[in-house]
Amino acid sequence: MTSVNPDLQLHHTPGHVKHDGHNMTGFVIFLCSESVIFLAFFAGYALLKLTAPQWLPDGVEGLEVRMPLINTVVLVSSSFVAYFAERYLHHRNLWGFRAVWLLTMAMGSYFVYGQYLEWSELTFSLSSGVFGGMFYLLTGFHGLHVITGILLMGLMLARSFRPGNYDKGEMGVASVSLFWHFVDVIWIILFLLIYVWQ
Amino acid sequence: MSTTNYDPRILKAPHPVPGAPDNWKRFFSFNTDAKVIGIQYIATSLFFLLVGGLLAMIVRGELITPPADLVDPSVYNGLYTMHGTVMLFLFLFPILNGFNNLLIPTMIGAPDMAFPKLNAAAFWLVPVFAVVLMGSFFAPGGPASSGWWSYPPMSIQNPLGHFINGQFLWILAVALSGISSIMGAVNFVTTIIRMRAPGMGFFKMPIFVWTAWAAQTIQLVGLPALTGGAVMLLFDLSFGTTFFRPEGGGDPVLFQHFFWFYSHPAVYVLVLPVFGIFSELFPVYARKPLFGYRFVAIASFGITFLSLIVWVHHMFYSGTPMWMRNLFMATTMLIAVPTGVKVFAWLGTLWKGNLRLNTPMLFCLGGLFNFIFAGITGVMLATVPIDVHVGNTYFVVAHFHYVIFNTIGFGVFAGIYHWFPKFTGRMYYEGLGKVHFALTFIGATLNWLPLHWAGLLGMPRRVASYDPEFAIWNVIASIGAFMLGVASIPFILNMVSSWARGPKAPPNPWRAIGLEWLLPSPPPAENFEDDIPTVISEPYGYGLGHPLVEDEEFYVRRSLEA
Repeated sequence: MTSVNPDLQLHHTPGHVKHDGHNMTGFVIFLCSESVIFLAFFAGYALLKLTAPQWLPDGVEGLEVRMPLINTVVLVSSSFVAYFAERYLHHRNLWGFRAVWLLTMAMGSYFVYGQYLEWSELTFSLSSGVFGGMFYLLTGFHGLHVITGILLMGLMLARSFRPGNYDKGEMGVASVSLFWHFVDVIWIILFLLIYVWQ
Repeated sequence: MSTTNYDPRILKAPHPVPGAPDNWKRFFSFNTDAKVIGIQYIATSLFFLLVGGLLAMIVRGELITPPADLVDPSVYNGLYTMHGTVMLFLFLFPILNGFNNLLIPTMIGAPDMAFPKLNAAAFWLVPVFAVVLMGSFFAPGGPASSGWWSYPPMSIQNPLGHFINGQFLWILAVALSGISSIMGAVNFVTTIIRMRAPGMGFFKMPIFVWTAWAAQTIQLVGLPALTGGAVMLLFDLSFGTTFFRPEGGGDPVLFQHFFWFYSHPAVYVLVLPVFGIFSELFPVYARKPLFGYRFVAIASFGITFLSLIVWVHHMFYSGTPMWMRNLFMATTMLIAVPTGVKVFAWLGTLWKGNLRLNTPMLFCLGGLFNFIFAGITGVMLATVPIDVHVGNTYFVVAHFHYVIFNTIGFGVFAGIYHWFPKFTGRMYYEGLGKVHFALTFIGATLNWLPLHWAGLLGMPRRVASYDPEFAIWNVIASIGAFMLGVASIPFILNMVSSWARGPKAPPNPWRAIGLEWLLPSPPPAENFEDDIPTVISEPYGYGLGHPLVEDEEFYVRRSLEA
């Protein structure tokens, strides 16, 4: 339609719908929902650990904590680094943003590498009973999120080279940053569940 | 691009509609208009209603005689599993998402959904997982046959050893359906929170929007748990883990928790929008404001909250300890409170109303009648001793179908007839509609009422053969099922012929109050476009004589001009 009769006069101020910030709202809703998958896995982990007749597979004493702890420190501190990158962007310091953002990516990549080293040294596999399955399921699913986060950060970094891309706001960066904090918080719970509670 | 603040009109939910509005090809394209997507959802799911109905009729054909003679018992297992899966994931969920797409933006005065592309992607996942699910009929060893709940250890058997088997495809299809639903849920909730017309506070939203919001909240909180469980099931089936395998230290009951944590609330995901449809239609056809509007609105979220803490009532006979049974019996019975508030409000709306008995109203009244019946058997089933007695019998099947078809299905048909003129621009044929209602109501009653008796007498479900003492109930039920099959003929005839050459519909054929009725029929691509009305009153002001929006005559005249 839209061919409105010119005789029709508008007797009121036309309303506008705000479109700013939908993306952030949608993303926060998505993250809340995504966290339930992890909660389900955590609940499953706790339940199986408490009730399984045999938790650790034969020949496995437990998990080494030192390396994963270093990994944890790197990942958690990268969240603060990401925050500083956001501050730089907020103050329109693009090169500062790029450098610190890249540092966050490097720390995330170090975490993935450390995870890979740990996996390659373990003596049990996915099919070594409930413990083996749960360990690889949780760390693997979380690792996928870390890799996704790094890829998204790469995308944001590439976008910063498009002239004027972040002039209108930092919506993409804010979302990815939020995602990164989310991945960190999940890791802290996961670390407590798997490595500390042995 | 300049550094100035953006002009809202540039970001305005975009996309020119190619060749609209009479270009039928847009229904077969990646179109981002919520109204096109809504019709895509509804048409697709009605096709799968026929597929699921055909499977059901084979099942009922098998059960018309006590021995397993029509199909082999192992084929029978596949048939009822696929019947349930198709009806839930390819009929009911998509058709209600179709309603969400048509109604949420038009009812809140938004030009489109918050994320139009995500919306289209969510729809196009439906045909993808439909192909995966239907493809499982051709998988080695046949389709999944462990029931729609896929309990291990049944569902983690892979006797033929093929990596791609019926159960594998089933899990894949359910996971894809879950992704599609989450994409939809994020979109619907964001749209409702952020894109309401000026003046439309939460307590000026129509009840359908409230119930859709409440239902989509359940999707967001519950569905990921099922996805988590399905991932673990897939690993057990295909990659050698033992999460649910007792011989490897796993716990099969854990899957039941994952499954029912979502799949019980899932019934509320389906029934809440139907409560919304009831709440929209009763005031229109009784010409009275909705009784207790605010209570009905709040009760929706009461149901959402309670639905998330009742799931163990599906597991009363899964070795659940007594304290847990009692706890979940109590929470389950509590759901009757917000639900009862709604039923009371509908009855209060109908009381001394000026009822107009056209097809949508008949389906609404039939659905309400059936729902009260289903609610009573629901409270019976929530009681532990009764549940332990009738669990896994046809009593459960009968109760479930009274909810899922006789209530939700009826509500869906009511909604289709009610909003058909609005979104197609054509009137349907009232006579055919009434034939459809009569056949559906009689068929559904014949089909499921007798099965309550069969269940109380102890007839087990999910078995191809049964004791001859149950024969009479099954003969009646099968006759009812075939009648429901016949009922689809006047329905399809009505829909197709009305859309093709029915009389042109005016913008507001039912004299209803609501933003969607201030739009032309069918509404233009971006609904109110830049000229969104300002809402000044609560919805359902029938007989009160005050306008819903500022400058209402302008919108009425504009919709008539179009």
